[in-house]
Amino acid sequence: MININPETLTMALAILGMGLITFSIRLSLFLLPESVTLAPWMLRALRYVPAAVLSAIIMPELLLPGGSLDMSLSNERLLAGVMAAVVAWRTRNILLTVGVGLGLLWILQALL
Amino acid sequence: MDNFQRQALLAGAKAELPIVVGVIPFGMIFGAIAVTAGIPPLLAQSMSIIIFAGSAQFIAAGLMGVGTPFLVLLTTTFIVNLRHMLYSASLAEHVRSLPLRWRLLLAYLLTDEAYAVTILHYTGGESSAAIRHWFYLGAGLMLWISWQVTTALGILLGARIPPSWSLDFALPVTFIAIVVPALRDRPHIGAAITAGVTAIVAHDLPYQLGLMAAALAGILVGLALERFNPVRQPATIPQEESGT
Repeated sequence: MININPETLTMALAILGMGLITFSIRLSLFLLPESVTLAPWMLRALRYVPAAVLSAIIMPELLLPGGSLDMSLSNERLLAGVMAAVVAWRTRNILLTVGVGLGLLWILQALL
Repeated sequence: MDNFQRQALLAGAKAELPIVVGVIPFGMIFGAIAVTAGIPPLLAQSMSIIIFAGSAQFIAAGLMGVGTPFLVLLTTTFIVNLRHMLYSASLAEHVRSLPLRWRLLLAYLLTDEAYAVTILHYTGGESSAAIRHWFYLGAGLMLWISWQVTTALGILLGARIPPSWSLDFALPVTFIAIVVPALRDRPHIGAAITAGVTAIVAHDLPYQLGLMAAALAGILVGLALERFNPVRQPATIPQEESGT
Protein backbone atom coordinates (compact mmCIF):
# COMPACT_ATOMS: atom_id res chain seq x y z
CA MET A 1 0.00 0.00 0.00
CA ILE A 2 1.16 3.47 -0.78
CA ASN A 3 0.59 5.70 2.20
CA ILE A 4 -0.43 9.11 0.89
CA ASN A 5 0.00 11.88 3.41
CA PRO A 6 -0.59 15.58 2.64
CA GLU A 7 3.12 16.27 2.38
CA THR A 8 3.57 13.56 -0.25
CA LEU A 9 0.57 14.86 -2.18
CA THR A 10 1.98 18.40 -2.19
CA MET A 11 5.29 17.07 -3.50
CA ALA A 12 3.50 15.10 -6.23
CA LEU A 13 1.58 18.19 -7.34
CA ALA A 14 4.77 20.25 -7.35
CA ILE A 15 6.50 17.64 -9.50
CA LEU A 16 3.61 17.67 -11.98
CA GLY A 17 3.75 21.48 -12.12
CA MET A 18 7.51 21.53 -12.61
CA GLY A 19 7.20 18.91 -15.34
CA LEU A 20 4.52 20.91 -17.11
CA ILE A 21 6.62 24.08 -17.02
CA THR A 22 9.72 22.29 -18.30
CA PHE A 23 7.75 20.61 -21.09
CA SER A 24 6.09 23.90 -22.10
CA ILE A 25 9.45 25.64 -22.39
CA ARG A 26 10.82 22.85 -24.56
CA LEU A 27 7.72 22.70 -26.72
CA SER A 28 7.26 26.47 -27.02
CA LEU A 29 9.02 27.13 -30.30
CA PHE A 30 8.06 23.78 -31.83
CA LEU A 31 4.45 24.93 -31.94
CA LEU A 32 4.92 28.32 -33.55
CA PRO A 33 4.03 28.58 -37.23
CA GLU A 34 7.00 28.83 -39.55
CA SER A 35 6.47 32.52 -40.19
CA VAL A 36 6.95 33.37 -36.51
CA THR A 37 10.41 33.52 -34.98
CA LEU A 38 11.83 34.92 -31.76
CA ALA A 39 12.94 38.53 -31.88
CA PRO A 40 16.73 38.86 -32.23
CA TRP A 41 17.01 40.64 -28.86
CA MET A 42 15.22 37.73 -27.18
CA LEU A 43 17.60 35.22 -28.72
CA ARG A 44 20.54 37.37 -27.62
CA ALA A 45 19.19 37.58 -24.07
CA LEU A 46 18.56 33.83 -23.97
CA ARG A 47 22.20 33.19 -24.82
CA TYR A 48 23.28 34.52 -21.41
CA VAL A 49 20.75 32.48 -19.47
CA PRO A 50 22.88 29.35 -18.90
CA ALA A 51 25.97 31.26 -17.72
CA ALA A 52 23.92 33.59 -15.48
CA VAL A 53 21.65 30.98 -13.92
CA LEU A 54 24.31 28.33 -13.36
CA SER A 55 26.72 30.88 -11.81
CA ALA A 56 23.94 32.11 -9.54
CA ILE A 57 23.58 28.54 -8.28
CA ILE A 58 27.32 27.80 -8.00
CA MET A 59 28.57 30.88 -6.14
CA PRO A 60 26.44 30.63 -2.98
CA GLU A 61 27.32 26.93 -2.74
CA LEU A 62 31.01 27.82 -2.69
CA LEU A 63 31.02 31.07 -0.71
CA LEU A 64 28.14 30.61 1.70
CA PRO A 65 28.69 27.17 3.23
CA GLY A 66 26.33 26.92 6.17
CA GLY A 67 24.68 30.21 5.23
CA SER A 68 27.35 32.81 6.01
CA LEU A 69 30.05 34.31 3.82
CA ASP A 70 33.35 32.46 4.15
CA MET A 71 36.19 33.60 1.90
CA SER A 72 38.95 32.08 4.02
CA LEU A 73 41.33 29.28 3.10
CA SER A 74 39.57 27.00 5.56
CA ASN A 75 36.52 26.96 3.28
CA GLU A 76 37.01 23.53 1.69
CA ARG A 77 34.16 23.99 -0.79
CA LEU A 78 35.64 27.21 -2.11
CA LEU A 79 39.07 25.64 -2.60
CA ALA A 80 37.68 22.52 -4.25
CA GLY A 81 35.38 24.61 -6.46
CA VAL A 82 38.17 26.91 -7.64
CA MET A 83 40.34 23.92 -8.44
CA ALA A 84 37.46 22.28 -10.33
CA ALA A 85 37.02 25.51 -12.31
CA VAL A 86 40.68 25.42 -13.31
CA VAL A 87 40.32 21.82 -14.46
CA ALA A 88 37.15 22.68 -16.39
CA TRP A 89 38.89 25.63 -18.05
CA ARG A 90 41.88 23.54 -19.08
CA THR A 91 40.27 20.24 -20.07
CA ARG A 92 36.56 20.95 -20.80
CA ASN A 93 36.04 17.45 -19.42
CA ILE A 94 32.90 17.13 -17.30
CA LEU A 95 33.80 13.81 -15.69
CA LEU A 96 37.31 14.90 -14.79
CA THR A 97 36.06 18.20 -13.34
CA VAL A 98 33.48 16.48 -11.16
CA GLY A 99 36.03 13.89 -10.07
CA VAL A 100 38.67 16.45 -9.13
CA GLY A 101 36.15 18.70 -7.36
CA LEU A 102 34.60 15.96 -5.24
CA GLY A 103 37.91 14.19 -4.62
CA LEU A 104 39.60 17.37 -3.48
CA LEU A 105 36.71 18.21 -1.17
CA TRP A 106 37.02 14.81 0.49
CA ILE A 107 40.79 15.20 0.91
CA LEU A 108 40.43 18.70 2.35
CA GLN A 109 37.68 17.64 4.71
CA ALA A 110 39.87 14.83 5.95
CA LEU A 111 42.85 17.18 6.42
CA LEU A 112 41.28 20.40 7.72
CA MET B 1 9.68 1.84 -38.95
CA ASP B 2 11.58 1.07 -42.13
CA ASN B 3 15.22 0.18 -42.40
CA PHE B 4 16.50 3.73 -42.90
CA GLN B 5 14.51 4.99 -39.98
CA ARG B 6 15.87 2.25 -37.74
CA GLN B 7 19.40 3.08 -38.85
CA ALA B 8 18.88 6.76 -38.03
CA LEU B 9 17.43 5.85 -34.64
CA LEU B 10 20.43 3.67 -33.81
CA ALA B 11 22.87 6.28 -35.08
CA GLY B 12 21.30 8.84 -32.75
CA ALA B 13 21.49 6.48 -29.81
CA LYS B 14 25.13 5.72 -30.61
CA ALA B 15 26.05 9.40 -30.93
CA GLU B 16 24.58 9.96 -27.48
CA LEU B 17 26.71 7.26 -25.80
CA PRO B 18 29.77 9.39 -24.88
CA ILE B 19 27.51 11.87 -23.10
CA VAL B 20 25.73 9.04 -21.30
CA VAL B 21 29.03 8.13 -19.62
CA GLY B 22 28.96 11.51 -17.89
CA VAL B 23 25.28 11.21 -17.06
CA ILE B 24 25.65 7.95 -15.14
CA PRO B 25 27.15 9.44 -11.95
CA PHE B 26 24.95 12.51 -12.29
CA GLY B 27 21.74 10.45 -12.32
CA MET B 28 22.90 8.30 -9.44
CA ILE B 29 23.80 11.34 -7.39
CA PHE B 30 20.39 12.83 -8.09
CA GLY B 31 18.61 9.68 -6.91
CA ALA B 32 20.71 9.59 -3.77
CA ILE B 33 20.24 13.29 -2.99
CA ALA B 34 16.49 13.13 -3.55
CA VAL B 35 15.91 10.32 -1.06
CA THR B 36 18.30 11.77 1.49
CA ALA B 37 16.40 15.07 1.19
CA GLY B 38 13.29 13.18 2.31
CA ILE B 39 11.54 12.65 -1.01
CA PRO B 40 9.84 9.24 -1.18
CA PRO B 41 11.56 6.86 -3.67
CA LEU B 42 8.53 6.66 -5.94
CA LEU B 43 8.34 10.45 -6.19
CA ALA B 44 12.08 10.74 -6.74
CA GLN B 45 11.76 8.44 -9.75
CA SER B 46 8.69 10.38 -10.91
CA MET B 47 10.79 13.54 -10.93
CA SER B 48 13.14 11.95 -13.45
CA ILE B 49 10.20 10.79 -15.56
CA ILE B 50 8.00 13.90 -15.35
CA ILE B 51 10.51 16.76 -15.13
CA PHE B 52 13.41 15.03 -16.92
CA ALA B 53 15.83 17.93 -16.43
CA GLY B 54 18.84 17.19 -14.24
CA SER B 55 19.79 20.61 -12.94
CA ALA B 56 16.19 21.60 -12.17
CA GLN B 57 15.65 18.27 -10.43
CA PHE B 58 18.72 18.76 -8.23
CA ILE B 59 17.58 22.18 -7.13
CA ALA B 60 13.97 21.12 -6.69
CA ALA B 61 15.06 18.16 -4.55
CA GLY B 62 16.93 20.50 -2.22
CA LEU B 63 14.05 22.96 -2.07
CA MET B 64 11.34 20.33 -1.59
CA GLY B 65 13.29 18.82 1.27
CA VAL B 66 12.89 22.04 3.25
CA GLY B 67 9.23 22.60 2.40
CA THR B 68 9.56 25.41 -0.14
CA PRO B 69 6.25 26.94 -1.30
CA PHE B 70 4.70 25.60 -4.49
CA LEU B 71 4.95 28.84 -6.47
CA VAL B 72 8.64 29.23 -5.62
CA LEU B 73 9.33 25.73 -6.93
CA LEU B 74 7.56 26.57 -10.18
CA THR B 75 9.29 29.90 -10.79
CA THR B 76 12.67 28.44 -9.89
CA THR B 77 12.09 25.62 -12.38
CA PHE B 78 11.13 28.17 -15.00
CA ILE B 79 14.32 30.18 -14.53
CA VAL B 80 16.61 27.18 -14.36
CA ASN B 81 15.08 25.62 -17.48
CA LEU B 82 14.65 28.79 -19.49
CA ARG B 83 17.76 27.86 -21.47
CA HIS B 84 15.76 25.09 -23.12
CA MET B 85 13.83 27.78 -24.97
CA LEU B 86 17.08 28.52 -26.73
CA TYR B 87 17.32 24.89 -27.85
CA SER B 88 13.67 24.86 -28.84
CA ALA B 89 14.21 27.96 -30.97
CA SER B 90 17.26 26.44 -32.59
CA LEU B 91 15.65 23.11 -33.50
CA ALA B 92 12.23 24.54 -34.37
CA GLU B 93 12.95 25.03 -38.06
CA HIS B 94 13.86 21.35 -38.35
CA VAL B 95 10.82 19.89 -36.61
CA ARG B 96 8.00 22.31 -37.40
CA SER B 97 6.77 20.32 -40.38
CA LEU B 98 6.47 17.10 -38.35
CA PRO B 99 3.08 15.85 -37.12
CA LEU B 100 2.05 17.18 -33.71
CA ARG B 101 2.62 13.86 -31.90
CA TRP B 102 6.23 13.87 -33.08
CA ARG B 103 6.77 17.44 -31.92
CA LEU B 104 5.29 16.62 -28.51
CA LEU B 105 7.55 13.58 -28.14
CA LEU B 106 10.68 15.38 -29.32
CA ALA B 107 9.96 18.36 -27.05
CA TYR B 108 9.70 16.01 -24.07
CA LEU B 109 13.11 14.57 -24.99
CA LEU B 110 14.78 17.98 -25.51
CA THR B 111 17.54 17.99 -22.90
CA ASP B 112 20.93 19.71 -23.00
CA GLU B 113 22.52 16.37 -23.84
CA ALA B 114 20.15 15.36 -26.63
CA TYR B 115 20.34 18.86 -28.08
CA ALA B 116 24.13 18.80 -28.13
CA VAL B 117 24.34 15.82 -30.49
CA THR B 118 21.16 16.50 -32.46
CA ILE B 119 22.05 20.03 -33.50
CA LEU B 120 25.40 18.78 -34.79
CA HIS B 121 23.57 16.16 -36.83
CA TYR B 122 21.01 18.61 -38.20
CA THR B 123 23.61 21.19 -39.15
CA GLY B 124 26.06 18.58 -40.44
CA GLY B 125 23.99 18.03 -43.56
CA GLU B 126 25.08 14.50 -44.40
CA SER B 127 21.71 12.90 -43.66
CA SER B 128 18.35 12.99 -45.38
CA ALA B 129 15.99 15.59 -43.96
CA ALA B 130 13.14 13.08 -44.17
CA ILE B 131 14.51 10.78 -41.45
CA ARG B 132 16.56 13.13 -39.26
CA HIS B 133 13.94 13.19 -36.55
CA TRP B 134 14.61 9.48 -36.01
CA PHE B 135 18.19 10.39 -35.11
CA TYR B 136 16.90 12.98 -32.62
CA LEU B 137 14.53 10.36 -31.20
CA GLY B 138 17.36 7.85 -30.84
CA ALA B 139 19.59 10.34 -29.02
CA GLY B 140 16.72 11.48 -26.80
CA LEU B 141 15.60 7.95 -25.89
CA MET B 142 19.15 6.85 -25.16
CA LEU B 143 19.52 9.67 -22.67
CA TRP B 144 16.04 9.08 -21.24
CA ILE B 145 16.73 5.42 -20.51
CA SER B 146 20.11 6.21 -18.95
CA TRP B 147 18.59 8.90 -16.75
CA GLN B 148 15.80 6.64 -15.49
CA VAL B 149 18.09 3.69 -14.77
CA THR B 150 20.75 5.75 -13.00
CA THR B 151 18.11 7.60 -10.97
CA ALA B 152 16.75 4.25 -9.81
CA LEU B 153 20.25 3.05 -8.88
CA GLY B 154 20.86 6.25 -6.93
CA ILE B 155 17.57 5.85 -5.08
CA LEU B 156 18.49 2.29 -4.13
CA LEU B 157 21.95 3.27 -2.91
CA GLY B 158 20.95 6.66 -1.53
CA ALA B 159 20.10 5.79 2.02
CA ARG B 160 23.43 3.98 2.37
CA ILE B 161 25.53 6.98 1.42
CA PRO B 162 26.67 8.84 4.56
CA PRO B 163 26.26 12.67 4.62
CA SER B 164 29.99 13.07 5.33
CA TRP B 165 30.63 12.20 1.71
CA SER B 166 29.22 15.63 0.81
CA LEU B 167 27.62 14.30 -2.37
CA ASP B 168 25.51 17.46 -2.57
CA PHE B 169 28.72 19.16 -3.74
CA ALA B 170 28.34 17.20 -7.00
CA LEU B 171 25.73 19.75 -8.09
CA PRO B 172 27.87 22.93 -8.05
CA VAL B 173 30.87 21.04 -9.30
CA THR B 174 28.93 19.62 -12.25
CA PHE B 175 27.67 23.10 -13.06
CA ILE B 176 31.24 24.40 -12.90
CA ALA B 177 32.14 21.73 -15.46
CA ILE B 178 29.32 22.94 -17.71
CA VAL B 179 29.60 26.71 -17.32
CA VAL B 180 33.34 27.40 -17.14
CA PRO B 181 34.18 26.18 -20.67
CA ALA B 182 31.27 28.30 -21.95
CA LEU B 183 32.79 31.52 -20.61
CA ARG B 184 34.54 32.25 -23.86
CA ASP B 185 34.04 36.00 -24.26
CA ARG B 186 33.65 39.09 -22.12
CA PRO B 187 29.84 39.28 -22.19
CA HIS B 188 29.54 35.70 -20.93
CA ILE B 189 32.20 36.23 -18.24
CA GLY B 190 30.50 39.46 -17.19
CA ALA B 191 27.10 37.76 -17.06
CA ALA B 192 28.48 34.92 -14.94
CA ILE B 193 30.33 37.15 -12.45
CA THR B 194 27.42 39.56 -12.11
CA ALA B 195 24.94 36.75 -11.54
CA GLY B 196 27.25 35.04 -9.04
CA VAL B 197 27.88 38.20 -7.00
CA THR B 198 24.20 39.15 -7.08
CA ALA B 199 23.25 35.68 -5.88
CA ILE B 200 25.60 36.10 -2.88
CA VAL B 201 24.41 39.59 -2.02
CA ALA B 202 20.73 38.74 -2.48
CA HIS B 203 20.96 35.33 -0.89
CA ASP B 204 18.83 36.19 2.14
CA LEU B 205 15.87 37.36 0.07
CA PRO B 206 12.86 35.07 0.46
CA TYR B 207 11.28 32.90 -2.24
CA GLN B 208 14.43 32.35 -4.27
CA LEU B 209 14.15 35.99 -5.35
CA GLY B 210 17.93 36.14 -5.13
CA LEU B 211 18.20 33.60 -7.95
CA MET B 212 15.78 35.61 -10.08
CA ALA B 213 17.56 38.88 -9.42
CA ALA B 214 20.89 37.23 -10.19
CA ALA B 215 19.70 35.73 -13.47
CA LEU B 216 18.22 39.03 -14.59
CA ALA B 217 21.29 41.07 -13.60
CA GLY B 218 23.57 38.58 -15.36
CA ILE B 219 21.58 38.68 -18.60
CA LEU B 220 21.46 42.49 -18.60
CA VAL B 221 25.20 42.80 -18.04
CA GLY B 222 25.85 40.25 -20.78
CA LEU B 223 23.71 42.24 -23.22
CA ALA B 224 25.32 45.52 -22.19
CA LEU B 225 28.86 44.18 -22.63
CA GLU B 226 27.89 42.78 -26.02
CA ARG B 227 27.30 46.34 -27.22
CA PHE B 228 30.92 47.21 -26.47
CA ASN B 229 32.37 43.88 -27.47
CA PRO B 230 30.20 42.42 -30.25
CA VAL B 231 30.09 38.64 -30.38
CA ARG B 232 31.57 37.58 -33.67
CA GLN B 233 29.56 34.51 -34.41
CA PRO B 234 26.00 35.11 -35.62
CA ALA B 235 23.12 34.69 -33.22
CA THR B 236 23.34 30.96 -32.82
CA ILE B 237 23.54 28.41 -30.15
CA PRO B 238 26.38 27.97 -27.70
CA GLN B 239 27.01 24.29 -28.09
CA GLU B 240 29.60 24.17 -25.35
CA GLU B 241 26.95 25.08 -22.86
CA SER B 242 25.53 21.63 -22.87
CA GLY B 243 25.05 19.84 -19.60
CA THR B 244 22.12 18.41 -17.84
